[in-house]
Amino acid sequence: MFILSEMKNVTRIPPELFGLKLNDAIAGELNKKLANKVVLNVGLCIALYDILTLQESFIFPGDGASHTPVTFRYIVFRPFIEEILIGKIRSSSQEGVHVTLGFFDDILIPPSALQHPSKFNETEQAWVWEYDTGDGSKHDLFMDAGESIRFRVTAEMFNETCPAAPGNMQESQENIDNKVPYSLTGSINEPGLGLLSWWDN
Amino acid sequence: MEVVSSNRATLSNYEVLKHLQKIKDSKKKHKGQLATITYETIRYLENTPCKDQTSENIQQCLKELAPFNLNKTEKLMIINSPPTTALEIQLMIEESEERLTEEQVGQVLEIVMKYFPHVVKEKPEENDAEETE
Repeated sequence: MFILSEMKNVTRIPPELFGLKLNDAIAGELNKKLANKVVLNVGLCIALYDILTLQESFIFPGDGASHTPVTFRYIVFRPFIEEILIGKIRSSSQEGVHVTLGFFDDILIPPSALQHPSKFNETEQAWVWEYDTGDGSKHDLFMDAGESIRFRVTAEMFNETCPAAPGNMQESQENIDNKVPYSLTGSINEPGLGLLSWWDN
Repeated sequence: MEVVSSNRATLSNYEVLKHLQKIKDSKKKHKGQLATITYETIRYLENTPCKDQTSENIQQCLKELAPFNLNKTEKLMIINSPPTTALEIQLMIEESEERLTEEQVGQVLEIVMKYFPHVVKEKPEENDAEETE
């Protein structure tokens, strides 16, 4: 579920941070830059793991800050495809079941990947697994919000979210809000997957 | 910024939790996004079995699991969410019916139980049935 990514960056340390140790200042700047952000095709960055190398710092004419080339490793959330994860149901809609891990929300289980046969209950706003008890009758298993759910990661998608061009700021701001940089697709259509309470005994 | 290698190594939940706790407990005040993401991630991880694991029992457990020819990701899942039933093993291990005999599945469960007994205690209602068997 978590990986280490190695990255390189030239980190700018502004003069007001010169009082700190260089390592601490760089760690602070890297965390400010990356924590809780999605890097394209890497994943959701959590926190700095360690700094591998620091090179000679340099300054540019006209800028009081120092610049240091640094290679470092970062803790990144990037579950592998086929990984089994446990999350909580955030909400349900016609599109499927939205699952959250607390720190990561963009997980969708589409209707085709739910237990078969499942139906969306409009009044309860929840998906229902119409479990066939074997004697002709069926047992309705509701997937309510807040329940713990075990699912398999089946696909991931990265979206490039570019900064807005000046001028049509307002418009593009809306576009960016709708664009999710990193999303996962899950499935629960296997025995053992779905709400934890379904498989208690 | 340049990504040298997007996947240098894989971390277990336990390692991530320990590292984040270290960040949280350091005297420096963290603000903004780092504080948010560490808080949320710790809160998620504290509700998983990794909060009671230790690096010794993870290592010992992996040593005992070595003869079963599981691949790295399968072992990682076993450590991150220790299975308590044969059904869970079937989910985590691809083609487990062909690769493991029923007896071996039992052995894996026993090993997991031996090193991570708290998994059972955490969800008592879920495992009562197996315990009494």
